[in-house]
Amino acid sequence: MTRATASRQIGDTLLKVDGVSLGFGGVKALTDVSFDVRKGEIRAIIGPNGAGKSSMLNCINGFYHPSHGSISYKGIVRGAMRPHEAAKNGIARTFQNIALFKGMSTLDNIMTGRLLKMKRGFFWQCLHWGPARAEEIEHREVVERVIDFLEIQAIRKTPVGRLPYGLQKRVELGRALAAEPELLLLDEPMAGMNLEEKEDMCRFILDVNEQFGTTIALIEHDMGVVMDISDRVVVLEYGRKIADGTPDAVKSDPKVIEAYLGTGHA
Amino acid sequence: MIYREAGQFKTSYAADQAIFPILQDRIALAILLAVAFVAVPLMASDYFLSTILIPFLVFAVAAIGLNILTGYCGQLSLGTGGFMACGAYAAYKLATGFPELNIVLVFLLSGGVTALVGVAFGVPSLRIKGFYLAVATLAAQFFLIWLFTKVPWFVNYSASGVISAPPRAVFGWFVTGIEATPQAKYVFCLGFVAVLALVAKNLVRGRIGRAWMAIRDMDIAAEIIGIRPLHTKLLAFAVSSFYCGVAGALWAFIYTSSVEALAFDINRSFQILFMIIIGGLGSILGSFLGAAFIVMLPIFLNSVPTAMGVPLSTSMIAHMEFMIFGGLIVFFLIVEPHGLARLWQIGKEKLRLWPFPH
Amino acid sequence: MDLVLDFLFGPLKEIWEFPTFFVEVVVGGVLSGVMYSLVALGFVLIFKASGVFNFAQGAMVLCAALTFVGFMDLGAPVWLALIGALATMIALAMAIERVVLRPLVNQAPIILFMATIGISYFIDGFFQAVWGEDVKRLDIGIPKDPIEIAGVLINTFDIVAAVVAGALVATLAFFFQSTRIGRALRAVADDHQAAQSVGIPLQTIWVIVWSVAGIVALVAGIMWGSKLGVQFSLAFVALKALPVLILGGFTSIPGAIIGGLIIGVGEKVAEVFWAGRIGGGIEDWFAYILALFFLMFRPQGLFGERIIERV
Repeated sequence: MTRATASRQIGDTLLKVDGVSLGFGGVKALTDVSFDVRKGEIRAIIGPNGAGKSSMLNCINGFYHPSHGSISYKGIVRGAMRPHEAAKNGIARTFQNIALFKGMSTLDNIMTGRLLKMKRGFFWQCLHWGPARAEEIEHREVVERVIDFLEIQAIRKTPVGRLPYGLQKRVELGRALAAEPELLLLDEPMAGMNLEEKEDMCRFILDVNEQFGTTIALIEHDMGVVMDISDRVVVLEYGRKIADGTPDAVKSDPKVIEAYLGTGHA
Repeated sequence: MIYREAGQFKTSYAADQAIFPILQDRIALAILLAVAFVAVPLMASDYFLSTILIPFLVFAVAAIGLNILTGYCGQLSLGTGGFMACGAYAAYKLATGFPELNIVLVFLLSGGVTALVGVAFGVPSLRIKGFYLAVATLAAQFFLIWLFTKVPWFVNYSASGVISAPPRAVFGWFVTGIEATPQAKYVFCLGFVAVLALVAKNLVRGRIGRAWMAIRDMDIAAEIIGIRPLHTKLLAFAVSSFYCGVAGALWAFIYTSSVEALAFDINRSFQILFMIIIGGLGSILGSFLGAAFIVMLPIFLNSVPTAMGVPLSTSMIAHMEFMIFGGLIVFFLIVEPHGLARLWQIGKEKLRLWPFPH
Repeated sequence: MDLVLDFLFGPLKEIWEFPTFFVEVVVGGVLSGVMYSLVALGFVLIFKASGVFNFAQGAMVLCAALTFVGFMDLGAPVWLALIGALATMIALAMAIERVVLRPLVNQAPIILFMATIGISYFIDGFFQAVWGEDVKRLDIGIPKDPIEIAGVLINTFDIVAAVVAGALVATLAFFFQSTRIGRALRAVADDHQAAQSVGIPLQTIWVIVWSVAGIVALVAGIMWGSKLGVQFSLAFVALKALPVLILGGFTSIPGAIIGGLIIGVGEKVAEVFWAGRIGGGIEDWFAYILALFFLMFRPQGLFGERIIERV
């Protein structure tokens, strides 16, 4: 069921995770996990609860630092990188529990995503005139395109704290997109959504990938969705990688079936 | 004129991003400024100018300063008084050390000095949050006041420990010292406040303000977007302290003309904090409303019971003030955390639709 | 250069030359540290059980002392004044729970913190309006004569205070660790909603814990009040408990005790031996600056739990 559209091009390796282990005190969150993400693909990370999926994403964007192993991005092995450095290098993400700026409007939230691209210094910001204003408007235009793309024009000026859950998730995606990332990390983008919202979200993810060529690594629980939209799937269990490959290959892997359905069905 | 925005279409993003997108608001502001700059100095009594309007303006600057740090960037500070003292003493040293320096420059520079001090005390904000930081800012409060009380250099070795503003003029008008009229002081103050308020508004509605609010609302997410937490918080400390410093300088030079360090004790810090809670956290307008409220309340308490025939003793009024402030803080935090500014906004929304309920 | 050297090492020389005096200063510091610990205890109790950083603890000390002394001035015997003050503190706890905490449940900690600043102002104003604002002498018959132990002069009153504080801490530790209410308190501290879902009445717990903090404030108020007189500045002396908490960690009762001792001793030693060289009166800020430096290296305090941030 893998999609093979003419416009999509899967390129070289963008991100390579090599033998990564991570522990909190005595708890091992990840043990010797290796996989890669290629440019332009949609890569899924799945696994039961507590398998270490979110920890994996946290390692990739520098929030946690692995105790062993290395992560290389665009061919450069990264040492201890702070999250804002990851952002500067083109990695954006969304969160499992929505992490929007609750006191700000939808527009401001998405504008915040453009922050790294805005350069005008303190002096011009004080004046909000001339170059600073021009810059503000230029970025507003980009943000408006994101807003159009996600079909959230109507809630532009609403404080995000007042929006329903599904829309908040969409705004969060918008904020990540506004940064024009090369690698987009989505942590359970469809958790807690109803069928219709899920379908919308799937469409947005596929469109982002096709129209902007953004590489996407996502965590998701809904197996149906994962198998439909991703090119390749990594399966984690108890912090270890148990399978890696195309959706079809993973689906028929006995270890995966065991992990998801228990030994009785194997 | 009816308060309506129907028919006012915005055709550019620039128009949509204006501070006052509605025409009626812009007209109202123009009238307000004209009254404040022209009518008030011509008509108001000296008493009204120097005991109500000037302190109101000075407090408004301090409240904007604290609101930037606490309301916008989410870093609670209890050291406002200390930073104001810092501005006052810096201005005194600069004005007496360099008599030819223009007084406007003196105030701006003393704001700059305070900004540096603020950054120094803001450094712990990288590692600590919330009330831990509040306690850290208390260190600034107590240390700075002690410093200005104990080190005679700051008061040019005067025996009384009091600093008095030397006379200085702007365009030939005395704005500080004995010869300065309340009118000149008021207009000078108002000019300062107008410019500083505009700059603050510009900062908070642009890139920097969004970074501050992002840190306030969810610092981890902000960091992942690419905002550097220390950088952003320190900038907030710097800008906030600049405003507090200028407010302190205005206080010492324009409002009271002579001042001792104890005028900026911890109660001053709380007073400013109450202004922004009552006025509205994260609102420039709220800083003005809160300042007005807190300046007016004691005057109200002084005059109304007397007028009603039940005069209160001075100490009773002081206790009443404490109780009312305390009660109002709790009330606003429960009922309307966005303070008077939010009530104002709701009022405007209602007015836009009036006389229809929806 | 000589000045700097003198500032750094001069006091050390003095200490070396007059060891008995140094010991006296340290003992004095320990005893005033006990007082700080008493106030800090109240903070820790409330923080542990409700996650509220109660800025009003200082005001509660003042109001407890004012009420106690007020009843005594009206001619009540000590036991009656004590009961009156206790009843007032419990009533205050109930009022705070009903009027402030209940409507603010589930708000951000910083909002609750600011609310307690409001409470603090209200209490200060209200109780001074009721009982008056002049300095009142409080004498409950504890002797204040100095006695000599191993060549060191110690005030009897300070020893009594230390014993009372010790007894209070022991009682509280027992209360928290070994009673049913104590267990419920710890459950509430961990997770409000989870505690509620297993049938722990949140509101009752809050009233209990604020009452206990009120009682601690009463003890602290009587001790401080006998020493300094009951007056408005008590509320500010009590603010010293804040740096104590930062040193000790917000959630630890032993931390509050040890933090109090460190601050008490450090402050006295610095004041007596160093302050004279830089103008004196450093007691105002020494504790805060000490806490500030401490924060840079160990933000969770000596005994606090390390916080792991999660995304």
